[in-house]
Amino acid sequence: MSGHNHMKLSFASRSENESFARVTVAAFITQLDPTLEQVDEIKTVVSEAVTNAIIHGYEGRTDGIVTVEAELDGDMISLSVSDQGKGIEDLELARQPLFTSRPELERSGMGFTIMENFMDEFDVVSSEAGGTSLRMKKRIESKKALFN
Amino acid sequence: MRERFVELVTRQAGYGEGEMRMSLQVELEQQRNVLIVRLRGELDHHTADIVRFKMEDAIMRGRCDHVVLSLKELQFMDSSGLGVILGRYKLLKSRGGKMVVCDTQPGVKRLFELSGLFKILSFYDSERLAVAGLEVVS
Repeated sequence: MSGHNHMKLSFASRSENESFARVTVAAFITQLDPTLEQVDEIKTVVSEAVTNAIIHGYEGRTDGIVTVEAELDGDMISLSVSDQGKGIEDLELARQPLFTSRPELERSGMGFTIMENFMDEFDVVSSEAGGTSLRMKKRIESKKALFN
Repeated sequence: MRERFVELVTRQAGYGEGEMRMSLQVELEQQRNVLIVRLRGELDHHTADIVRFKMEDAIMRGRCDHVVLSLKELQFMDSSGLGVILGRYKLLKSRGGKMVVCDTQPGVKRLFELSGLFKILSFYDSERLAVAGLEVVS
């Protein structure tokens, strides 16, 4: 694929939109001809990020807005997932495997670890007033690219 | 004796392919003191509650000692799924029971590996082997 392509999706912070978001992004990235494993990784990452926005950012409120953006440039996927909810107090702690701020909700504390593992680049910007924004990148060495 | 009851869960409209119309289906089957829990579809934060509720209900009513999680048709799972599985594992363990997993898809299996749950749960290739494995310990 040549040139940029871009999508932006905004939706209510409702849990039924978690699957809507991951399936939409998965459909968008198929133009890079990713493997099934790569599609699975992107779906999982989107699911983790959107779930975090709903549970932690908006603390279960359904009147918030979650925004997912994806950009394709060559074989690179850039993803951003943002909310305007409550920011993350201690980023270092939040990124520790198995840490969760909501143990009563049976969170596994693996969300950040999974996102960092499945993406090549991972960055979090969070503030109390402005909410949280995750920015991530992943290179897709597609079958198409191999034949070029 | 064999008791079989099927629970269907359809909380959300489908997006994309036809088979995704159903977000998660939970099927419970009792084989002596073993509860087989078959999950079909997608296990995420939205669908985790129903798995928690169904399994908790069956375990607390004392109908089973052990659980086989049968995941052949579980197409997707994220860390919310790991959370609910870990929670039920702890509950069973506190009651002296065991949880084993069988038939995982590659993507789901990878998440178990990444989270370390692979080390505390036993994994089998089929339901038959999983039940057989449990009957040795029960």
